[in-house]
Amino acid sequence: MATPALAIEHLDLAYRTDEGMLHALRDVSLEVAPGEIVGIVGESGCGKSSLIQAILRLMPANAVIERGRIALAGQDLLALDADSMRRLRGDRISVVFQDPMTALNPVLSIGRQMMDIQYRRDASQPAKRARAVEMLRRVRLSDPERRLEQYPHEFSGGMRQRIVIAMALMAEPELLIADEPTTALDATLELATIELLKTLQREIGCAILFVSHHLGVIAELCDRVSVMYAGEVVETGDIRSVFHQPRHPYTERLLACDPARMAERSRRLPTIPGELPDLVNLPAGCVFAERCPAAFAPCRGLPPEFYRLAGNRAARCYLSRGEALS
Amino acid sequence: MASSASEIPAARLDRRRRSALRRLLSEPLGVIGLVLVLAVLLVAVFAPLVALHNPIALAPIDRFLPPSEEHLLGTDHLGRDLFARVVYGSRIALSVSLGATLLSLLLGVTTGLIAGYGPRWLDNALLLVFDALKSFPTVMLALALVTLVGPSLDAVILVVIISAAPSYARMARTQTLSVRHAEFVLAERSLGAGSGRIIATHILPNIIGPILIVASMDIPVVVAIEAGMSFLGLGVRPPTPSWGSILNDGFSYIRESPWPVIAGGLPIIITTLGFTFLGEALRDTFDPKRAGSR
Repeated sequence: MATPALAIEHLDLAYRTDEGMLHALRDVSLEVAPGEIVGIVGESGCGKSSLIQAILRLMPANAVIERGRIALAGQDLLALDADSMRRLRGDRISVVFQDPMTALNPVLSIGRQMMDIQYRRDASQPAKRARAVEMLRRVRLSDPERRLEQYPHEFSGGMRQRIVIAMALMAEPELLIADEPTTALDATLELATIELLKTLQREIGCAILFVSHHLGVIAELCDRVSVMYAGEVVETGDIRSVFHQPRHPYTERLLACDPARMAERSRRLPTIPGELPDLVNLPAGCVFAERCPAAFAPCRGLPPEFYRLAGNRAARCYLSRGEALS
Repeated sequence: MASSASEIPAARLDRRRRSALRRLLSEPLGVIGLVLVLAVLLVAVFAPLVALHNPIALAPIDRFLPPSEEHLLGTDHLGRDLFARVVYGSRIALSVSLGATLLSLLLGVTTGLIAGYGPRWLDNALLLVFDALKSFPTVMLALALVTLVGPSLDAVILVVIISAAPSYARMARTQTLSVRHAEFVLAERSLGAGSGRIIATHILPNIIGPILIVASMDIPVVVAIEAGMSFLGLGVRPPTPSWGSILNDGFSYIRESPWPVIAGGLPIIITTLGFTFLGEALRDTFDPKRAGSR
């Protein structure tokens, strides 16, 4: 396989807190091949945002990367100095954030903002303007020339999200990180945005790391998926096999909780009983053991490893240990 | 809503700008303020054309003349034309108040942005400086400074900067703190913008409006500080005409003639009222909470 667009290896990230070190990410490994769309799914607090911040190196001041490697097309990002990292953002890595309502500066026109982020290009103002118009056209915004004069509040949520996507893809990055970009949109817009991302991804050929807690969206868009729980990747594999034959009990439970996949109507929405473990004083064994219906003795002993399985899959569960590839 | 927005984008923007001006002009106090301020500005700019006499030419024979066609406001104890002195005094008053306010803004907003966006320790250090400067009583500060550097316009400007800049800095800092964690700043950072870029193109436009309005309402205060310091002999040196020094001269000879005091006081009242009305009208015009009610 070619050098992956993004490779994360055994990443440990912790936050210094008054109670002690909070281990927000533990042994996270992830690969996104060039041109591939990889989803990250997990409930709130599973470390999705910490992971994005770590990739961008825009972490809060109390965050410490204790171990691991993050490589963009083979280049170690953690070894870069702050300035080179800054130059890389928006050029080779771009981000689309969750809330399109707040991701644009309210007091500047769209055109001003779109031309402004091209400051690195050595181009004339008309050329930058033309580029902004082209990008707006690519995200299917009608009448782009006039749009440039408008301010963010004059657009609907869906339009704003498309503008944000246009801005993120302006420099044709190698990697686009999408942080729940459809969560703030309604269902029809969600679908339209996903279609748009798919099309743009084919045109530009960038890799996408798509973060969401919405299983349906992940299934619609992604080639592969990594399921996160309490700061660990518990399962990874291509989308069909993970959804049809989950190898980790957490994935199983998560799928069972998706209202869209429920076989019959029930009075109560299913939930996963129990709470997230304390990330300062981690449990001795598997982090999911307390909530796991299949837990047995070893689960409370030592944490399971991330077992590599056949079919380019992996799961962090003792149930899969027997089939682990060496 | 989205589709209707596409049909009238340019017109709408235009209309918004026009309506701000119209709202300002629809307010009687705003109109009065604007007229007074414009009048004072014009007088200051065209002083040599407006004043019919040399403001510092002495004519001992013509002491304490009452107003006449020749001397619109009469003459003072040295026979100088009071109208000419008042007209030229507007140059001092405006240049000091506008210049000092501008400098305070520049200094205050810059340090405030740095305090709000920079590291915590710098914020704390700058806050300490702001608070220390703000705690000086203005008059004591003026006296101390003048003892140090001697009475001059620069001393007046320095006093204004020291007393005004810290409040602008505090405002800028607070506003910056509220904007710095906005998602569009994070979005911009993740698109590779550096700190300078974010401060200049994203934070500044978001915070500058309210600060400008407060500054415009501070201008009359500065006019009064300049007049007050000149009155006390801490500001402009004679024979340069300043409203404060005209007032002071008149005060010494008030038994001889009331006209110098009137001539010195009137322009101060007109100017401070003008700027105050204008500032308040501006505040009302741009305050989104009030905009809905009219």
